Amino acid sequence: MIKLIIDKKTVEVEKGTTILQAAKNIGIHIPTLCYMNLGDLNIENKPGGCRVCVVEVDGRRNLAPACATDCAEGMVVHTHSIRVLNARKTVVQLILSDHPFDCLICAKSGNCELQDLAHKLGIREIPYQGEQSTYREDTSPAIIRDVDKCIMCRRCEVMCNEVQTVGVLSAINRGFQSVVAPAFEMNLDHSVCTYCGQCVNVCPTGALTEVDHTNQLINDLADPGKTVIVQTAPAVRAALGEEFGMEPGTLVTGKMAAALRELGFDYVFDTDFAADLTIMEEGTELLDRLSKHLNGDTNVHLPILTSCCPAWVKFFEHQFPEMKDIPSTARSPQQMFGAIAKTYFADKINVDRKKLVVVSIMPCVAKKYECSRDEFKVDGNPDVDYSISTRELANLIKQANIDFLGLEDADFDNPMGESTGASVIFGTTGGVIEAAVRTAYEVHTQKELPKVDFEELRGMEGIRSATIDFDGLPISIGIAHGLGNARKLLEDIKAGKSQYHAIEIMACPGGCIGGGGQPYIHGDTSILKARQKAIYQEDAQKTIRKSHENKYVQKLYEEFLGKPMSEKAHHLLHTHYFDRKKEVFID
Amino acid sequence: MAKITSLNDLRKIKDELQQKIRLRENADSPEAMVQIRVGMATSGIASGAKEVFIFLVDELEKRNVDAVVTQTGDMGYSYAEPTIEVILPGKDPVVFGWVDVEKADEIIEKYIRGGELVEGIIPANYNTIDD
Amino acid sequence: MANYKYHLLVCGGTGCKASESDRIVNMLNNEIRENGLSSDAKVVTTGCFGFCEKGPIVKVLPDNTFYTRVTPEDSKEIVMEHLVKGRRVERLLYVDPETKKHITDSKHMGFYQKQIRIALRNCGFIDPENIDEAISRDAYIALGNVLAGMTPEETCNVVKESGLRGRGGGGFPTGLKWEITRKSQADQKYVVCNADEGDPGAFMDRSILEGDPHAVLEAMAICGWAIGATKGLIYIRAEYPLAIKRLKIAIDQAMEYGLLGKDIFGSGFDFEIELRYGAGAFVCGEETALIHSMEGSRGEPTFKPPFPSVEGYLGKPTNVNNVETFANIPVIFNKGAKWFASIGTERSKGTKVFALAGKINNVGLIEVPMGTTLREVIFEIGGGIKDGKAFKAVQTGGPSGGCLTQKHLDTPIEYDTLIEAGSMMGSGGMIVMDEDDCMVSVAKYYLDFTVEESCGKCSPCRIGNKRLHEMLETITKGEGTMETLDKLKTLSHVIKDTSLCGLGQTAPNPVLSTMDNFWEEYLEHVEGHKCRAGSCKSLMQYIIIPENCVGCTACARNCPVNCISGERKQLHVIDQTVCIKCGTCMEKCKFNAIEIV
Repeated sequence: MIKLIIDKKTVEVEKGTTILQAAKNIGIHIPTLCYMNLGDLNIENKPGGCRVCVVEVDGRRNLAPACATDCAEGMVVHTHSIRVLNARKTVVQLILSDHPFDCLICAKSGNCELQDLAHKLGIREIPYQGEQSTYREDTSPAIIRDVDKCIMCRRCEVMCNEVQTVGVLSAINRGFQSVVAPAFEMNLDHSVCTYCGQCVNVCPTGALTEVDHTNQLINDLADPGKTVIVQTAPAVRAALGEEFGMEPGTLVTGKMAAALRELGFDYVFDTDFAADLTIMEEGTELLDRLSKHLNGDTNVHLPILTSCCPAWVKFFEHQFPEMKDIPSTARSPQQMFGAIAKTYFADKINVDRKKLVVVSIMPCVAKKYECSRDEFKVDGNPDVDYSISTRELANLIKQANIDFLGLEDADFDNPMGESTGASVIFGTTGGVIEAAVRTAYEVHTQKELPKVDFEELRGMEGIRSATIDFDGLPISIGIAHGLGNARKLLEDIKAGKSQYHAIEIMACPGGCIGGGGQPYIHGDTSILKARQKAIYQEDAQKTIRKSHENKYVQKLYEEFLGKPMSEKAHHLLHTHYFDRKKEVFID
Repeated sequence: MAKITSLNDLRKIKDELQQKIRLRENADSPEAMVQIRVGMATSGIASGAKEVFIFLVDELEKRNVDAVVTQTGDMGYSYAEPTIEVILPGKDPVVFGWVDVEKADEIIEKYIRGGELVEGIIPANYNTIDD
Repeated sequence: MANYKYHLLVCGGTGCKASESDRIVNMLNNEIRENGLSSDAKVVTTGCFGFCEKGPIVKVLPDNTFYTRVTPEDSKEIVMEHLVKGRRVERLLYVDPETKKHITDSKHMGFYQKQIRIALRNCGFIDPENIDEAISRDAYIALGNVLAGMTPEETCNVVKESGLRGRGGGGFPTGLKWEITRKSQADQKYVVCNADEGDPGAFMDRSILEGDPHAVLEAMAICGWAIGATKGLIYIRAEYPLAIKRLKIAIDQAMEYGLLGKDIFGSGFDFEIELRYGAGAFVCGEETALIHSMEGSRGEPTFKPPFPSVEGYLGKPTNVNNVETFANIPVIFNKGAKWFASIGTERSKGTKVFALAGKINNVGLIEVPMGTTLREVIFEIGGGIKDGKAFKAVQTGGPSGGCLTQKHLDTPIEYDTLIEAGSMMGSGGMIVMDEDDCMVSVAKYYLDFTVEESCGKCSPCRIGNKRLHEMLETITKGEGTMETLDKLKTLSHVIKDTSLCGLGQTAPNPVLSTMDNFWEEYLEHVEGHKCRAGSCKSLMQYIIIPENCVGCTACARNCPVNCISGERKQLHVIDQTVCIKCGTCMEKCKFNAIEIV
């Protein structure tokens, strides 16, 4: 143990503790900016670059960054001496002097950590004004880079390179011109970016934001010639409440449905319905491949990999195109929903697909990209017209003067609003595979599950595995969340080291609850845990908890699709993947 | 080239090499070899040392002067590049600065062949580690 | 063909010329002619002897007689006594300041010790592409001795005892660095040579690598033995193609001889060296940035600790020294730590190589013992200021250093004294400025460099230095106020206090030191809108002197912006609001009627 004095208080910490942490232990919160610690996910960024957390250490010539300086025995630290306060203020003033002054109209206003810091430090003037560094804006189907607002905290770099191992974002240029950008300054949509949006999640300013579709949505809702329907992903209901000051982990399913109806959607549906449908297709595909494998078919590809996550799909298309036959061909729930909505449902209400607008509310920004993919369009008309994030929805509700907290719970519409507990857990890491197991087990064994909760598949570990006993047949399951972890599993499969039958992969740490379109957590990973808990809670509350027992899904097969993996199902609910290795090009 | 496998090997090689050099430097006979070093670090080359080097090699051969011309590193006199050092047998080395082809010609004719010093000498103004 | 008995070398350096050395040449020639010695003696003008203080100098060959403070009137005596009678002119001989004895043979004169070449010992002597020439001058003997009879600990101790400090600028004790790396436990360690020389005007590392690559290779191997590393890496900027070529040849030859590679000298010690190329980023001279660059990452520094000695290249203990530091190592072992420590001062041992540049006569590389004064370097070795102008300042330490003035000229050059004087040793760039240099512009020039070379990682350096530069720009444009000066100073201190690495922490030094030493120039710029050096264009005015103007219209006809008006034979006037200060009018005026104010 090491003893030191911070602001005249003695504190004892373990060796290797930073001054920042030691101070926090005794209630001294040194302001930070570039520093990021996603504790539960084991993600830390401490480049010591912004210099906001500098403190005075007796005997040192220069001020020390609290985030990157380890405590030493006998250290005497001052966190708010006049020297420190002046320096800290000056540093923030410098950062502001190279930052656009458009706070009032910035997408990040209210959620901006730089704005917050300037406010906290009582900055009322910027004495050092001068040239501002400028860089062209880069718009992609999902993410906008407004690099003028980049403060070089490098958090996005950590997410993109170390956590996701996608390797798109890194610092380029030198000095005043340095920015974070894709290699060779290419545009994001020419790069291997997966649009997972983890960079957006951690960006302290408005340098990285999602493409905003709310204005388009407002216009469509106001258009009497259009029927506008909405689907909401499972993870949204576990996080939306945060935007209205509710405790993290508060489920707002009913309020959300009510708000959507008030916003003017003609039908309020649930992506969960499509998630149940996904299980029917994906589960059947799993059993099909499994039985072929058990019958000695050596051409069959195992393990089967889930394909619900669009960032993950784009990741393997770029990084592992030679393995594009392994993932399930099942479309994601968003796209299954769109395909059914614009055929089965459009027929039912007798609306032309071109006049039917399908909107999805997603915890995700990659979903914006997914619905723009050509294979999910019919004659140029997309199955899902556009996707808005949890954050955009919250904003829309606020714009519409809806008293969210005061709303009475409402139900989803039918037929595509009915869902089971299995579909709800799609929102967290491990959920898709647990849902698949619930169905596959019963279909395969023709027996009822003694217990639907598979605790062994749950958790927050980056890579998890479990073996499920299918009535004497041991099925080996792997789970990875975060693309870096996915990469490890894929490398294993490639090397022939993987013994799994099925693997679930989600691009975002925590799964969709930690998606790139969710309310900002500002480094508080306990929020992710609370959301996860809420998801399992909703599952437990449901009377039906297995996808194949969803009455409306059953009806859909009866009336329209026939059976899982039928020709029609294949046409509408399955997809194929592309080799994107050579697709990256430099402008 | 044989590997040097011990310190004694290295010492022996060094002594042999030094012996050769000493023989050359202390020789009194006029036919003994003239040594010329051309400062050919980046700054020398940038000021034209390569042309001078080629000129010296070609001309000394044409004019039947038994000489060895080698390249060497920076002599430190950037203000006077290109610089060359001429060692006539039995004499102290002389460094000439501002050596272009014309100057090199004068050095061959007057100093190397006639022992007559010409303008452009840069006096050595430092001690070596052996002083 | 003439076969001269005597050569009289007359110093033609600037200092001696100013003391009529030209007349000495003439008079010597006259005397020689009159005495009928024309075929026996020849007078030759030489470059600077580096002894301007005692000039003019006349040296007589072949006996190496060295006459100082010679006047033209002494010519007769020199010819009559020395050439005719063969007797030296005692009163003109150099008197050793310590022994008070006349010294005849210049080889043994004290002043010659103003320079001693340790790091540069082989530069200009050997063919760098021929290992035999290096070996003939003791290359690899030190390595052989170390491997034959010293433990790593003893090896470190020799370097410690020598008192050698890092020549890259920081001046960290080299032996201590080795010791720390030696004590770090790891399965693999690395020796890194920092050849990312980046200070403007400095080129000593390049010269050493181009002139004596084996010195560095040998030293790295010794270091490898001392710290327990079998791998060495040289980080060199790709802009040094010749140095790279010669290093490659040297490595190949050393490998071929077995002086590098496996089982060196049969000792069982293996050591290999590889080259790594940098793209010439100044910040990569910072050791953590250098290591990141070698690892293939963006060359930007990280916070220390951990120091590379504990956690460096690929996370392994790594000893980083610069080229000049390494070049000293073999000599320390060959001549002994005591010998090395006897050179220099109490706190700074050995010598330092400087690249003299700027308004100085003898631009070039010099190597002087620590403790030599700036005056000796500039006025004696450097031959004084160009064109007889007045000395104004000398900048040491590159963009991290500061400008020292007249009052610092007698400061001995040491790590600590230079810092006390407001500058630093740096890697050895020494840029001399004269009365024509505007000190605000000088500060701006260095800031321009650091702004360009900042890696952009930390905000004070990335943005703060840019703002400093902008403020200096404002001042040189005559738009600065006292508030600008205030802010300039305050911000400089914050940048020093908060920047991540040495680059940012020292970048404001040129501003602070010029503000300290040339405050009145800053004041003149902001209060009087005047630049005394006449180098800030915005602050100059071309005006027509009424008494001299004859109304020839030459200026008006040639003005590119038509800002001069006036009838023929009438006084002309320059419209200052339009004038672009190109100076054409002044050039064209035949009547000296245009002046700059």
